[in-house]
Amino acid sequence: MGTALMTGSPFVRGAAAAKKRKVIVITFGGGARDQETFAPEGQENIPHLLHELIPQASFFTQVINQGILGHYVATASLATGVYETLNNFSAVPPEHPTVFEYFRKDLNRPSSDAWVVAPSNGFNRIGESDYHSYGPGMGARVVLPKHLLSAATSGPAPDYEHLLHDNYETPLYTPQIGGGEFELQQLEMILKLSVDDFKAHALTLSSPDELSMYIARRLMKEESPSLLWITMHDIDIAHSGAYSLYIEGIRRTDRLCAELWKTVQSEPEYAGNTTLFILPDFGRDADQDSGGNGFQHHRTGDAASRTTWMMALGAGVREGVVYDAPMQSIDLVPTLGAMMGFSPSLSQGRPVKELV
Amino acid sequence: MLPRDLTAGQFAGYPPQARALAVAHLGALQQLPLSFVPSFLREVIDYDFKFPVERAAIDKELANLTSLSPAQLKEWFQAFSQFSLSPKLENFDWINQPAQFVEQLSAYLWSTHQLDAFREAATVYGDRLRSAVPPEPIPMRRLGIAVIGQGVAAYEAPLFRNLREHGTYFGRVKPENGLELLLTATAARAKAHPVAYGHWYVDGGQEADHSPLLTCVSYQSLQPVRTALLKNMQTEIGRPGMGPEELRTHLARLSPSELGLDKAGDAVLDRFQVKLLTEGSGTQIFSTTFAQWTTREVLRRAQALTLFVRFAPRQRQRPMNELLSNSRGNPEADFTGSLIDADMGAYYHWINQQRLPGSEQSSFLVWFEGHSQALAIAPSLPRGTASNSAFDLGELLSLATA
Repeated sequence: MGTALMTGSPFVRGAAAAKKRKVIVITFGGGARDQETFAPEGQENIPHLLHELIPQASFFTQVINQGILGHYVATASLATGVYETLNNFSAVPPEHPTVFEYFRKDLNRPSSDAWVVAPSNGFNRIGESDYHSYGPGMGARVVLPKHLLSAATSGPAPDYEHLLHDNYETPLYTPQIGGGEFELQQLEMILKLSVDDFKAHALTLSSPDELSMYIARRLMKEESPSLLWITMHDIDIAHSGAYSLYIEGIRRTDRLCAELWKTVQSEPEYAGNTTLFILPDFGRDADQDSGGNGFQHHRTGDAASRTTWMMALGAGVREGVVYDAPMQSIDLVPTLGAMMGFSPSLSQGRPVKELV
Repeated sequence: MLPRDLTAGQFAGYPPQARALAVAHLGALQQLPLSFVPSFLREVIDYDFKFPVERAAIDKELANLTSLSPAQLKEWFQAFSQFSLSPKLENFDWINQPAQFVEQLSAYLWSTHQLDAFREAATVYGDRLRSAVPPEPIPMRRLGIAVIGQGVAAYEAPLFRNLREHGTYFGRVKPENGLELLLTATAARAKAHPVAYGHWYVDGGQEADHSPLLTCVSYQSLQPVRTALLKNMQTEIGRPGMGPEELRTHLARLSPSELGLDKAGDAVLDRFQVKLLTEGSGTQIFSTTFAQWTTREVLRRAQALTLFVRFAPRQRQRPMNELLSNSRGNPEADFTGSLIDADMGAYYHWINQQRLPGSEQSSFLVWFEGHSQALAIAPSLPRGTASNSAFDLGELLSLATA
């Protein structure tokens, strides 16, 4: 009788529905300006976002990042809802609890339900903070695709090096990418990929972000996490100063975002119950700012480097609506909390009312 | 330590002219806030290796600071005095390592959310200084020339898109002998108005024959230096404890002699070239980036009266480790990508030129090498228009500088 009562309870149905809700966040990184994306002159670079995703999305035209404009620290800020001040070039955890910790603790979810696919060595601590009442063991599992590949190939191998770019932010500094037994276990136990299959597929890919998306799709298929965070990074090749490569990165990221959305539609665990967020972590310096060198870096802190956009689409989101009211990068976490039913109590942002 | 505690002896490690300058203006420096002085000393410490126009600017700024009364100095630097700095910064050896201090100051300002206010203070100070010490009139109208697309057989997409609204597009240019005509005209300007480091030729590849009156920097001629630098970096990266910030500090300290660049007998130019490679991002590996960054620095630092820049094909993108190790002797070139890079580089060339004094009278010409497309910007030419006139490059340049 108890079982019958429980299954009939609207609260339990609500809980079941909430449990099935999936959220995927893609950071459209690292750092793209409006003029190469949604401004009229940049729209040719994002045909998929513009014609396939925007019509289904709520689009926010002014997302302001008032924090430090380094990719790791900015992504950590996105994930905590607090402008973090950690050293961008150190592999240290965020100071404040991450969205993954709030999600798992409040909703009592297992570690397999929150995953981060991260681009480079520096991001391997992004999954959880060292905050005292959250911290180790409470966060997301982090997969570094390049570590997987490095482990699978027993170190960097010539055929795969194009997939092993690490940190573009300091292009002169290229630390060795690690990868060992743990990564091989991830490959075989979680992603259900043999080393040979993984290596064979990697050969068909052209960039680190393609590798990340491949891993993300495997995760969706095998683990179906409810909270999946994918940090893209190809665009940051802009730091090398080659404008054509920066544009190529934007076009590739545009395509990969659309492909992921198609995957969402085709995966039974995700179709119909998934909300996808896409947002750059920040912009890049304006051409006219004498303190910078235009698209190449994000060092000046000018409006172009701080102002970007966000789109949300899928479950619970109004389609084809554009919002010009400013929001902040740190508003993402409280918005996710309101949508998924957890309380990011230490976040300093505010839920975006148009989404909750 | 704070600026008020500065003594003459603390500048003993500076090169001779820089030391004399700092000591001569010690009284003024002592009255300035810590958030400002190291940024200024970063310029002063390199005084012996600065271009003439940079030295003149430092001289004028110091003269202005010295002329201000204590009350005026306090008022000028009130905004800078408001910033709270950490004890770590106060204890840093900012006298002898001003560049490293500025880097740490920048990180600190970012992390304490004071950066925007600092930018504002710096902008206000710069504007005020320009009003108090206006730049000298330049002896001739400034000219920029960018030649892009070397080796590209055909390109269908529109070029010069960012520049079109500012000038006249020419679609029927006669390309014959274009390079020679432009270099000859550049040399003629140098001959007519000889100014030290006033007339430049920057080549992203192998430099063409040119007048010795031009100051020339080329990617190809710096190949041994680039190779030495990449080797040095590879060694440093392998050291325990080496991270991005440590590597940057190491690179900032490299001298021309450490990279085999002290044979030409021009210490100023040698130092400039080393900085192009150690401070620029991507200049070591992509020739288009090298040409663009060099253009920016020639304009920002030397304030060139004439700057002729020829972009060359860069190597195709490869993994960064491979690019840095320089393991392939003759890497494949990316012609179309290089044209797109250079098109943007030409736009930045014009933007940087327009930041300099006399911008309202300056001229700019960009040409798709070997082809019939060019664009000219000049006070005498209409903006946002296209011309069907068939000029050769010499005639077009005359039109732009008339």
